[in-house]
Amino acid sequence: MIDVRQVTRYFGRVKAVDQVSFQVEKGEILGFLGPNAAGKTTTMRILTTFLPATKGTATVAGYDVHLKSMEVRKRIGYMPENPPLYTEMRVRDFIDFVASIKGVDPRDRKRAVAETMDKTGVAHVSNRVIKTLSKGYKQRVGLAQALVHNPDVLILDEPTVGLDPKQIIEVRELIKSLGGNHTIILSTHILPEVSMTCERVVIINAGRVVAEDKPENLTRHLTASQRISVAVKGPKQDVQSKLSALSSVSQVIPSQSGDDASVHRFLLESLAENEIRPQVARAVIENGWDLFEMKPEGLSLEDVFLHLTTKEEGTEL
Amino acid sequence: MRNYWTIVTRELKSYFSSPVAYVVIGLFLLISGVFYYLIVTNFVQVCMRADMQAQMYRMAPPKLNINMMAIRPLFHNMSLFALFFLPLVTMRLYADEKRSGTIELLLTSPVSNLQHLAGKFTAAAVLYLLMLIFSFVYMILLYIFGSPETGPILTGYLGLYLLGLSYLSFGLFFSTLTDNQLIAAIATMVFILFFWAIGWLSGSVSPALGQALEQFSLIEHFDDFSKGIFDTQHVIFYLSFVVMGLFLSFISIESARWRGR
Repeated sequence: MIDVRQVTRYFGRVKAVDQVSFQVEKGEILGFLGPNAAGKTTTMRILTTFLPATKGTATVAGYDVHLKSMEVRKRIGYMPENPPLYTEMRVRDFIDFVASIKGVDPRDRKRAVAETMDKTGVAHVSNRVIKTLSKGYKQRVGLAQALVHNPDVLILDEPTVGLDPKQIIEVRELIKSLGGNHTIILSTHILPEVSMTCERVVIINAGRVVAEDKPENLTRHLTASQRISVAVKGPKQDVQSKLSALSSVSQVIPSQSGDDASVHRFLLESLAENEIRPQVARAVIENGWDLFEMKPEGLSLEDVFLHLTTKEEGTEL
Repeated sequence: MRNYWTIVTRELKSYFSSPVAYVVIGLFLLISGVFYYLIVTNFVQVCMRADMQAQMYRMAPPKLNINMMAIRPLFHNMSLFALFFLPLVTMRLYADEKRSGTIELLLTSPVSNLQHLAGKFTAAAVLYLLMLIFSFVYMILLYIFGSPETGPILTGYLGLYLLGLSYLSFGLFFSTLTDNQLIAAIATMVFILFFWAIGWLSGSVSPALGQALEQFSLIEHFDDFSKGIFDTQHVIFYLSFVVMGLFLSFISIESARWRGR
């Protein structure tokens, strides 16, 4: 559905996007992840025909974004980071206007506008002037604006920015429900958002794609080593040295103690993929200490992200 | 074509759902009204004095021409007021879209640059037309209490409209250059004022250059219209000015895309 090939874009001498390539299948939700100023917005703007690429090509639904930009525009819904709203208009009028310039058939327009307002939950404010709406509602109107012509492809630039937690959940649910019928690219710098909504992630940093995979695969790749955290009641030094002596444990890091000063917490890392928990438990019991807690610590997507974006050469993954 | 009309309607609605249209039309009419009053009362006094003189010397009272003595200066005044008010009409057209980010919606919708450019220009032109139509009330009053000639009034209005369209097209151009409405408006005023006054230089340069400068002056071409002369060379001049402004706007929008601003 979307095919990006070696797209590069300069702003003056600054390379904002550097040979970015990725594909998105029909009906897929792709997460576009990266720190601020990584080139997410520029890539999206190229896909939406707002900016031309300096080098490389991209096609949306089989149409080249540069050569057939009008065809592409008919098939995409775009929500920029700041929702583009004519704030002096009423919600209904605005969505109707967008429907009209997006080429919705005049006979279907009324129905399309009503349906979109229902879907995005702005029907009950349809007669309000956009200026008077709260941030959350403006965001929804922005989403409605992108959806009204029922586009094949949806491109959402940080759709949950500035919303309160409840609204964030609602918007994510909405985006999830749109997957399948629409192909969606969603950019964000918030990691849990990706693992919650997206089927696939492209991580971009300093204009380059540094990783591309399913969220759970990305996490697994980097968790070849195992980490568990334990809380043990016993003499701290003793516990640490005994645990370090275990064959499969590579590192013992003391961590924050809890309320009880005699209970110490440690973070254990093992090199091998074999299970170290039984061994640790046995060691604790055999030494006559009390085991309070033991839990596996998977690497969060956050760690993966940091891992990938802070490394000098992060492409080997 | 449908896109064009959609843009025209939206822009017009936006003019009237914000105070812009009311303020601009209102102030334009107010200030033209004040000058109308001053000019007309002055004309009446001149007439009365001429009548008295005629009685004193036992002559037939002179026929003073209201078109020449009242309407023509009024048109000249209005052309100056338009210079200050029309940039306020065009300043928001693109500058505001850039500031608020709606330009992203416009430029990622299946609407061509020509369509929204023409749409916005038309909306501004319609607003200006309304301004002139309202100001026609002053002429109606003159018809009630005097007997002005219709021809010069019509050419005067035509000239005023064409002149205004030139202002609007360059106002549109300056609006595409910035995301600050105030800068767009001021740049437009300065630019138009320059082309307005360029003819005044003609006295202090060589005759050949002077004549050329006069040809470029916006107001020189208006003079014939206000006298009641309809000359196609002036129409062509204003229309080329309009086309030039629109062309520059078009180029500016296209190039902004490449430069990424």
